[in-house]
Amino acid sequence: MVLRLGIDVGGTNTDAVILRDREVLAGVKRSTTEDVMSGISQALEAVIAEAGVERDAIDVTMLGTTHFTNAVIERRALDPVAAIRLGLPATACLPPMVDWPEDLRAEVGGHAYMVRGGFEFDGREIAALDEAEIRRIGSEITEKGIRAAAISSVFSPINREMEERARDILREVCPDLPVVLSSEIGRIGLLERESAAIMNASLLSLSAQTVDAFDRALAEAGLNCPFFVTQNDGTLMGADTVRRFPVLTFASGPTNSMRGAAFLTGVKDAIVIDIGGTTTDVGALQHGFPRQASTVVDVGGVRTNFRMPDVFSVGLGGGSLVQGSPEDIQVGPKSVGYRLTKEARVFGGDTLTTTDIAVASGMAEVGNAEAVADIDPALIAAAKEKIAAILEAAVERSRVSPDPIPVIAVGGGSILAPDRIGDLEVLRPENFAVANAVGAAIAQISGEVDRIFALEGRTREDCLAEAEREASESAVASGATRETLAVIEREDVPLAYLPGNATRIHVKVVGEMGAFQDG
Amino acid sequence: MADLKEAAWTLTEADIDALEIGAGILGTGGGGNPYIGKLRAREALRAGHVMRVLPMEALGDEDRVVSLGGIGAPLISFERIKEGREGLRCLRALEQRLDFTAAAVACEEIGGQNAMEPLITAAMAGLPVVDGDGMGRAFPEMQMTTYSIYGHSSTPSVMCDPHGNVVTFDHAITEKWHETMARACVIAQGGASTLASAPMTGAFFKRFAIPGSYTQAIGLGRAVMEARQAHEDPIAAICKREGGRHVFSGKIKDIHRHFRGGFNVGEAEIEGLDGYRGSQAHITIQNEFLVFRRDGEVEVVVPDLVVVLDLDSGLPITTELLRYGQRIAVLALPCHELLRSEDALAVIGPAAFGFPEIEYTPLPAKETP
Repeated sequence: MVLRLGIDVGGTNTDAVILRDREVLAGVKRSTTEDVMSGISQALEAVIAEAGVERDAIDVTMLGTTHFTNAVIERRALDPVAAIRLGLPATACLPPMVDWPEDLRAEVGGHAYMVRGGFEFDGREIAALDEAEIRRIGSEITEKGIRAAAISSVFSPINREMEERARDILREVCPDLPVVLSSEIGRIGLLERESAAIMNASLLSLSAQTVDAFDRALAEAGLNCPFFVTQNDGTLMGADTVRRFPVLTFASGPTNSMRGAAFLTGVKDAIVIDIGGTTTDVGALQHGFPRQASTVVDVGGVRTNFRMPDVFSVGLGGGSLVQGSPEDIQVGPKSVGYRLTKEARVFGGDTLTTTDIAVASGMAEVGNAEAVADIDPALIAAAKEKIAAILEAAVERSRVSPDPIPVIAVGGGSILAPDRIGDLEVLRPENFAVANAVGAAIAQISGEVDRIFALEGRTREDCLAEAEREASESAVASGATRETLAVIEREDVPLAYLPGNATRIHVKVVGEMGAFQDG
Repeated sequence: MADLKEAAWTLTEADIDALEIGAGILGTGGGGNPYIGKLRAREALRAGHVMRVLPMEALGDEDRVVSLGGIGAPLISFERIKEGREGLRCLRALEQRLDFTAAAVACEEIGGQNAMEPLITAAMAGLPVVDGDGMGRAFPEMQMTTYSIYGHSSTPSVMCDPHGNVVTFDHAITEKWHETMARACVIAQGGASTLASAPMTGAFFKRFAIPGSYTQAIGLGRAVMEARQAHEDPIAAICKREGGRHVFSGKIKDIHRHFRGGFNVGEAEIEGLDGYRGSQAHITIQNEFLVFRRDGEVEVVVPDLVVVLDLDSGLPITTELLRYGQRIAVLALPCHELLRSEDALAVIGPAAFGFPEIEYTPLPAKETP
């Protein structure tokens, strides 16, 4: 028997669940607080009380958070970063952050540096590293009070030495400066890898504070079990990893809610709609996994090459404003957001929201139904029709075949979902409101191999198989059960023209977390 | 010169956005990632440069036109981004070497990043770009332009790299020799250089260039953008505009890649989805998508266009972004008649790419409205 605690820290709500093996013992929803920690503490206490379990019986805690994605999207709590590229004279025409939205670039300070250095594809230096320039940038970082640095060298996924050398020099000048190397984060594709490294550097203070807050909240609740954070592909990483690589949590929210929806319903192929306070995220489940986006994905307007679920957002949630007349009705995208429990009519406010419509039409029972008894039935009907139309359009976009697969409605706002969307049946699992936290609790263990193989005297298939075996063993060593292992990434990039026919192989294997050994 | 300027139309940032998509579609997976080129073009516009496209018929018979573009491996152009003025250095060195003044810049290859390079270089040089190109798509080698196929000698030519190295190819006995020597030089220069070919006369260009390439690529991009905005099917919009066919939808289940003679050669295995469930497809890649087979049967083959799009967004996917698990749509678009002559097929037909067993059966040509 395994007791798992899953926590999801969203922008509006902090949810917590406790699972005993596959059974959800308890699920609670609390408001996210400014300091993050007290919201987690409240949710933790409530869920432990509701589940009626002993604290020390909890085997593991899994935490999902959209905190870092939201910081980028909302342009807040980002540190100024020195974005240092090693590549001149090449790459001069497109400086770091060239394709970022203006406001985000300004938020991280716009400190772009291009320095002589970097590698050619065949390992020759483009130019020798301009060490004096790195030192000069170091002094400027100190003068300007820049909080972190991101170093990206051309072809660092093939050779990271120059990034490491630049980091060492920078640390001589600025001993306490956090430095992110692009080779630690991404693959070939200079702009995307560099952007990810810069975003990561800008989030380091926030990730330190946040991980500390998680630690404290868990310690104060008397939980001493190991604690993991979920990544964008639905797998787990340790607290130290998230401290150094907060960008790896990007898009973990939609991944968790989709995997949670699959778990709660037992359905493997479906469209998942996660209706929150302000927006609805729509994505497709295929064989129990979120369908991945096949093109590059924007985060806050920046291109990245992370592996992420293909999720489509529309401006409809439980707090969306309902305005106009039955003939000309508008629903969303404006929303009262987290002020729902104060401003909606059923909660004593005077703003008409979609939640009021759901209560007035008998779809939901929350707040004071009498406060909405006087609404014109024609307006209710028009608003319901509009909500259904918005959801139907979003579901159609994610639908991949005419097969009548179900729609799974999760999230606090899913009271808005009608019983059918178009020709598709809507499933509303028990604990639908905390599917995110369930998704975190069932997150998978991964094993990864990313290194250069020499193909001399062996086939590509041999090398891929060896990489797969290694990745599988590493996943099992981290706690995955062997029967559940599946390959989710499998990529080989031949390193052109290198002697010995070298190829870089990247394989990621995931599996379900197995039972914990006692003691 | 003054009348040439008046006949030209000016590109906006929105045109560049549309060109990114259109050039990507016509690139059939190759020609380098147009995104990088788009950013460079956008930076040039923002720096105050003006990009003008000149209708082919506005070109005087005696005018000298210089065709240029990037040469090298797409994967490299994606990582070791250009210095930025390679094209301008090529143009100036060529003019100096041959003592002439270019009236306009032309495009080697409308597919991929090479759609952008002429615009950027011409803008920096204060020249227009002619609305035509040498391929109407992307091809992996230089001798595969209609310019070369129909008798233009592309040497003397000039190749430049980000470092400032300038190489002149004085004379090649054949176009293929030029390609072979240039390719060796690209590797020495780091795998992604820019090359300007010997000038063509306006008269030759008007006769043998694929006409209207920029208009077509920008129009194609606009069709996709508009279809997406209106929530209509972008794949249908492309087929309708270009007279193409949607031949497959599926999920990539394996990609083998290897390098052969400086080219990224690959094989993609695709498992059918939706109406294609139960079928297996296979695409052969040599910088571009060259051959599409379904259940072992060849259905589309070079020089017709095998286009791979993201199944949902309709946006083109380049060969280096192709990954395991991606969901794609495959489209077949007919190529221009200039690519279907006996002379052309000898250079860019299936046999020229190492598939002598495949006979080229042209897709039905685009219907002219």
